[in-house]
Amino acid sequence: MSFLSIRNLSVRLKKGPSLLRRVSLDVAAGEVRGLVGESGAGKSMIGKAVLGILPPSIEVTGGEILLDGVDLLQLPPAQRRKRIGATCALIPQDPLTALNPSHRIGPQITDRLVDILGWTRPDAETRARELLAEVQIADPDRVLRSYPHELSGGMRQRILIASAFAAEPKLIVADEPTTALDVTVQKQILKLIAGMQARHNTALLFVTHDLGVVSKVCQKLSVLYAGMVVEDATVADFFAAPRHAYSAALLAATPKYTDPSAGLQPVPDAVIAAVQAEVAAFDKGLAHG
Amino acid sequence: MAEAKPLDGRSLVRRRAGLRLWLSAGWLALLCAVALLAPWIAPKDPLAQDLFLGRLPPFWVQGAEPGYWLGTDSLGRDVLSRIIHGARVALTVALVAGTITCLVGASLGLIAGFLRGWVDLVISRLIDIWMAFPPVLFSILLIAVLGPGLLSIIIAIVVIDWTRFARVVRAEAMAQGAMDYVASARVAGRGRLGTMVREILPNVLPTIVVLLTLEMGIAVIVEAILSFVNLSISTDDPTWGGMISEGRTSVHQAWWVLVFPLITLFLTVLAFSQLGEGLKDRYDPVLR
Amino acid sequence: MPILRILLVRLLTTAITLAGVAVIVFFVIRVVPGNPIAMMLPPGATEEDIARLSALYGLDKPLIAQFGIWVSGVLQGDFGTSITTRQPVLDLVLGRLPATLELSIMALVMAMILGGAAALTGTRYRGGRTEGAIDVANGMALSVPDFLWGLVLILLFGVLVPVFHISGRVTPSLDLPFTTNFYLFESLLRLRFDLWADIVAHMFMPALALAIPLAAIIGQLLKQSLKETMNLDYVTLARTKGYGETRVILREALRNAALPTLTLVGVQFTFLIGGTVIIERLFSYEGLGNMAIDAVINRDLPLIQGIVILFAVIFTAVNLIVDLLYTVLNPRLRHG
Ligand SMILES: Nc1ncnc2c1ncn2[C@@H]1O[C@H](COP(=O)(O)OP(=O)(O)OP(=O)(O)O)[C@@H](O)[C@H]1O
Ligand SMILES: [Mg+2]
Repeated sequence: MSFLSIRNLSVRLKKGPSLLRRVSLDVAAGEVRGLVGESGAGKSMIGKAVLGILPPSIEVTGGEILLDGVDLLQLPPAQRRKRIGATCALIPQDPLTALNPSHRIGPQITDRLVDILGWTRPDAETRARELLAEVQIADPDRVLRSYPHELSGGMRQRILIASAFAAEPKLIVADEPTTALDVTVQKQILKLIAGMQARHNTALLFVTHDLGVVSKVCQKLSVLYAGMVVEDATVADFFAAPRHAYSAALLAATPKYTDPSAGLQPVPDAVIAAVQAEVAAFDKGLAHG
Repeated sequence: MAEAKPLDGRSLVRRRAGLRLWLSAGWLALLCAVALLAPWIAPKDPLAQDLFLGRLPPFWVQGAEPGYWLGTDSLGRDVLSRIIHGARVALTVALVAGTITCLVGASLGLIAGFLRGWVDLVISRLIDIWMAFPPVLFSILLIAVLGPGLLSIIIAIVVIDWTRFARVVRAEAMAQGAMDYVASARVAGRGRLGTMVREILPNVLPTIVVLLTLEMGIAVIVEAILSFVNLSISTDDPTWGGMISEGRTSVHQAWWVLVFPLITLFLTVLAFSQLGEGLKDRYDPVLR
Repeated sequence: MPILRILLVRLLTTAITLAGVAVIVFFVIRVVPGNPIAMMLPPGATEEDIARLSALYGLDKPLIAQFGIWVSGVLQGDFGTSITTRQPVLDLVLGRLPATLELSIMALVMAMILGGAAALTGTRYRGGRTEGAIDVANGMALSVPDFLWGLVLILLFGVLVPVFHISGRVTPSLDLPFTTNFYLFESLLRLRFDLWADIVAHMFMPALALAIPLAAIIGQLLKQSLKETMNLDYVTLARTKGYGETRVILREALRNAALPTLTLVGVQFTFLIGGTVIIERLFSYEGLGNMAIDAVINRDLPLIQGIVILFAVIFTAVNLIVDLLYTVLNPRLRHG
């Protein structure tokens, strides 16, 4: 039984176009699933739907999001919030904007433990110190007393990772956790996330553009195009033989995995046209059924 | 698809803004007409006193006298006719004082913002000094210097309020002056004055028009405040502020002497300001 | 030492501003027609009497000399003698200052409470009817100045439902045990809640009239700023932690949203203080502004000068304080 199971989730702009088209995917406990697709495909939208932070201009039109067997969409807002807060966490994309500039680091890690999960403050502080050590921050006590602007981007991302693991969540959504960082730091952060995930045995939904990252970190993979899942496979199967034409083209477009000398190939127009036809057919089906 | 249909909320806001524009413009147009036609449409002579008809209530209240629709003040003067004639002073002050203030303030702001250097230094210091004066006290002081009268009020408003235009226009002229199109105009051989008038002025014009509308509302209030402290025009001439001042003292005996000029003044000030806000939302990229 | 330099420049421009105010007010009021000396003497006074009294107040010297005498006096803390009451201007002005300060601060507090409540409610229920209603109310409150609100309040709470006093600072028949002019403050310290209630009942309407436009500005700016802040990543992140909407607004967004509002509120607060002049007149409240209008009517030149300078000092001080507060409250500046 998967910890997270999304069934036929459809999401659209209020009275506007569909953004997710009957998306289904599963993340088992302790498993890492990659979510790839071009910009605007709806990757972040899935993460937001799971965490209950869809913008107010967007509505869910159908489907289920089962978290530990309970459909989040059927819960009243307050209960849904508590459930998500207790079992899930987010590692955001941009560490520079994801920490509150007017609070010190300490409370930003510990407050949820105290407020939502009912820990005592000393316990929470001890936990925060352990976590900062675990994400290899040298001087945890000083950092806990700092304001975000006093720390580098890499350090802030480490802190956000520590904070995400603080309450031992069952599921973490990482939305392109390295794209905003310096290339030299990216690798370290990636390693850190993978290591933490393995040690804590947390399920991870990993949003990325980068198939190279997927091959290193993930066990399963969903490929998204225009809000539609066009391929759902294990990483091994996918790199051996992608089933969908679009996935194949995507794989071909990423030089490292075929012939490095070939350079970056654009996804052929014919393939794009074919997937677009698929999407159109899907929308038509929606309109009729 | 998404772009073709504007979001509901936004079109609703725009409709409300449009309504606001039309309502305020309508009220001001009505007021202008009333002011122009005052001698013909006022039911009574606004100055005619009749001590036997003092403090008559408005028409729907017991004891009203026919013909005196909104009642009379303690001297028996017709409230409605005085409001109608008061519109003349209010609108004259609004239009004349507003326009001159705008011309003076905007020119100084434009010059300071575009020429920079010592000119800007002097004008900015002046603005700072002006901002350190309490404006109402300043205007009262000026009227004491200039003596009461319509002209004095207009001068006082110009002297005090030019900074409202100068501040905004200066900042805007500076911002525009730093942009590429101004530099290219200069390179293309335009003189300083030419650049200022042909390139920068058109871009700050919407801002100026909005400020002008707001200033007209302020001018009406200043006139009323000065009349209220008995410094405006001669005390007999009907002005809204003068009527309010008189109504304030007898509010327990004859509320209508205060209420009707107050409503008129309130609506007029509201109309000017809503007109300005409406224009701002619709046309002005600068003031948001 | 850039901070020190900025502070020095600030102080220098402040000095220039105050000097400018002093020059302007001094020379402008000397042009006022009407001889103040002639006004204070009984109708039968001779030319000689007038000349003697003018000499006493130094009004017979050339203007420049008069200005020099006045400035050197001011620098030594001597603002001259009031012509109408023959008391030192400084004593008169400082005697009235507490009344005006109490009124302004009460108005500021009211404006912050009203404006803050409007902004928070509007943000909490954004996109709905509640927010629309708050926007309309804000727009109205902002369009109409304090003077008109004062009149409206007089009609509503002075005449229609007479719950508050419409004139004065305190009921005249009451016995006042106060040693300072901070009535509101001192009545609390002396635990005289009966007097305190009476004073509040007098201050309520003038303070509210002053507060309404500022409340609208605070409401608008803060709501705008809150709405922008609510879309930031750290607020979204807080939502995933299980916090409710109200909690997220108060804890994550409010503080950061309040900072930009603060600087603008500073300038607006000086406008509010300037508004006390006419509002005190309207409510016959015995403060500086009311005294100033009387001084103009009586051509009491030294008193006018003193009051205008004091207002200018207050305005510049408020701006300075706001700048300092901004630095203190913004962690980025505090440590940077
Ligand atoms: N707040 C919003 N209002 C309207 N449309 C939105 C909003 N947020 C996202 N969208 C639209 O939803 C679609 C999916 O967006 P999403 O952010 O999930 O893309 P993504 O796959 O994460 O892309 P990227 O790789 O660039 O992050 C896009 O077409 C985007 O334009
Ligand atoms: Mg994204």
